[in-house]
Amino acid sequence: MMRKPVDTGDPDRLYTVTGGRSRADDSFDLVTLIVSESGPVPGMQSEHVRILELCRHPTAVVEVAAELGLPITVVRILLGDLLDTGRITARHPRAAPSVASLPDSALLQEVLHGLRNL
Amino acid sequence: MGSATSELPSHRTPLNDTAETGLKIVVVGGFGVGKTTLVRSVSEIRPLNTEEVMTQAGVGVDETSAVASKTTTTVAFDFGRISLNERMVLYLFGAPGQERFWFLWDRLFSGTLGAVVLVDTRRMDDSWYAIDRLEHHRTPFVVAVNRFDDDTARYSLDEIRQALALPAHVPMVDCDARVRQSGKDVLITLVDHLHAMAIAEEATL
Repeated sequence: MMRKPVDTGDPDRLYTVTGGRSRADDSFDLVTLIVSESGPVPGMQSEHVRILELCRHPTAVVEVAAELGLPITVVRILLGDLLDTGRITARHPRAAPSVASLPDSALLQEVLHGLRNL
Repeated sequence: MGSATSELPSHRTPLNDTAETGLKIVVVGGFGVGKTTLVRSVSEIRPLNTEEVMTQAGVGVDETSAVASKTTTTVAFDFGRISLNERMVLYLFGAPGQERFWFLWDRLFSGTLGAVVLVDTRRMDDSWYAIDRLEHHRTPFVVAVNRFDDDTARYSLDEIRQALALPAHVPMVDCDARVRQSGKDVLITLVDHLHAMAIAEEATL
């Protein structure tokens, strides 16, 4: 069966924002929480500035992407820049790393508590 | 590219500064089954939409070349957020369940706690592929039957279980995706199931 694309991508936009890079840092999960460690400085790329402003409070990678209106891969590249220069820190998820394994029961118990208390 | 300063959208609700652990659950199902509705009913933020660029045929090809860019596809998905406590935040992703999206699941949703398969009894066929895929990946899941008002047949959960050839250990629940409590109950059913599985697994260690 032919796989139909959902949408036609716009790679030009991707390459402009990332300066031609297309390989992202895979260590940023969708739900990795990003926290700014410093403010923007003059001359910084506008997307970097927006990320630093957004992440004054912890913000998940997927939320950063939605707020910036950029694809996840692009955001991962931009986050990699900021991590490399020490401007952000990343709080990685501690859930099971592989698809087939479960997190420990204590964590799940905490999730259940949280859901029941909503 | 806009100016160097940009304002935060006023609707944005920041997370607590103590938030340290992000978790995820995926809601899958056919088109129009109510995935976004379910996410909206339980999310503390208005569901957001984002996209990912998928280079499907990029293997062996220089990804920065013009050739590779022709194989680039974007896929959009919705998500919502639930702060479980001061440290843990749960993200709910509404993902299309059709076959052509399987690469999206594999790439984006590894490490999810589990999945909710949302079923519309008027279009049960749409659920088969999702269930097959989850079983293949051994991703734990529950089946939630979204009861629509104009569903006159009202198949029982047992009938639906048979139609979907669902093993007995997969929990099933009725729901109304528009109702917050009902959406919460679906998530609780899933996490309860995961918890029981984790307890059983730990007992064998």
